[in-house]
Amino acid sequence: MFKELWESFTDALEGLGSVVHFLFRLLVHSPPALLRFSLISQQIFNSGAFSLVIIMLSGLFVGMVLGLQGFQLLQRFGSEEALGTAATIGLVKELGPVVTALLFAGRAGTALASELGLMRATDQISAMEMMAVDPIQRVVVPRFLGGVISMPLLAAIFSVIGIYGAQLVGVQIMGVDSGSFWSQMRSAVGLSDITEGIVKSIAFGIACSLIAVYQGYYATPTAEGVGRATTRTVVTSAVVILFLDYLITAAFL
Amino acid sequence: MRKSRTLNLGTGSFVLLGFAALFFLTTQTTSRGLSWFGPPHYEITAKFDNIGDLKVGAPVSMSGVEVGRVDKIEFDSNEYKAVVQLRLNERYNKIPTDSDASIYTQGLLGGKFIGITAGGADTYLKDKGQIDFTQSAFVLENLIGQVLANFTKSKADDQDSAAAAGAKSNTDAKPNADTKSKEKTK
Repeated sequence: MFKELWESFTDALEGLGSVVHFLFRLLVHSPPALLRFSLISQQIFNSGAFSLVIIMLSGLFVGMVLGLQGFQLLQRFGSEEALGTAATIGLVKELGPVVTALLFAGRAGTALASELGLMRATDQISAMEMMAVDPIQRVVVPRFLGGVISMPLLAAIFSVIGIYGAQLVGVQIMGVDSGSFWSQMRSAVGLSDITEGIVKSIAFGIACSLIAVYQGYYATPTAEGVGRATTRTVVTSAVVILFLDYLITAAFL
Repeated sequence: MRKSRTLNLGTGSFVLLGFAALFFLTTQTTSRGLSWFGPPHYEITAKFDNIGDLKVGAPVSMSGVEVGRVDKIEFDSNEYKAVVQLRLNERYNKIPTDSDASIYTQGLLGGKFIGITAGGADTYLKDKGQIDFTQSAFVLENLIGQVLANFTKSKADDQDSAAAAGAKSNTDAKPNADTKSKEKTK
């Protein structure tokens, strides 16, 4: 039993090492890939613009829930006016980046992983290698960079829609004063809060895209293997996102 | 070609939307954004003994009208005072040099802000000027401490006199309290 534990530990280490190695390969290939921006632009469209609807809808509802819950809680202390501050800080620093990243992993990450997995399964990647086209540079890096670029933008859109959702419930329905909602928010939210949100979303974007691309690229070339790669993408992304969230929050305190 | 055009259009509008959102977050939800694009301003400093929990970005008001914001807070280790730098709107450039600045609290437990009361001098504060007359923050804890000290003191007095009254009916009991209250009556 001890031996099995040790083996699974070394397996995990090996996996981590190969992810890091893969990341370095991607980074090395990134500058030349930037020259062919049309490929990246297409991936931004695929993973970013197509995630827009789900991100906006979720942002609206998350903001509305924040408005409702925040109002109920703050009402007890007679400080409903702080609703704008509470909702904005919650959205910009935590909910925006984290929920967006989780949705992104579910919406775009799985698509990336299954696409690359299927390419591997149908020998398209080997075919490219035969034609002396580097599949990393032609296929993987644009997808990775597209995800990295889309994620902060999606998170920002999520936060803005969420703030309007909170405003919709708090101001329009619950009757918090509109002026104090916005002015208290402006005096309490600092640029550092926004920076923290942006740093988080960039980190999550890198983590999500890397995991999706890695799992897809190294998927077992069978139907089952592609399915497993997709599942693993979501599970690993979720854990890594929440872990990174804690680390970055602690670093910014 | 047609297809790549719609594709680029979609990507472009998505990126534009994203950056618009980022712009909204940095300028509309924070006070910092206002100072970048805000009206021309000038800076003056004021030294306080105690600023309480005054924060950078707190409003500066005259007669209740916001005329600027707190830009920077530093500690002067020579004078042991807090140096507060105020960023005032250029529109309000007729503040007399002998004006005084005090730190007030919004509501009972709200945030702190600086109120400037105009003086009577003919010269006005200029950029890098300094307000000499300042009044420190009202620290709620100090006041509560004083009230509490008074309260416990009066309570102790009450107990002493009660003990004295008890001692009169039963002379052996609590000789200490008895002498104490006698000393006090003297």
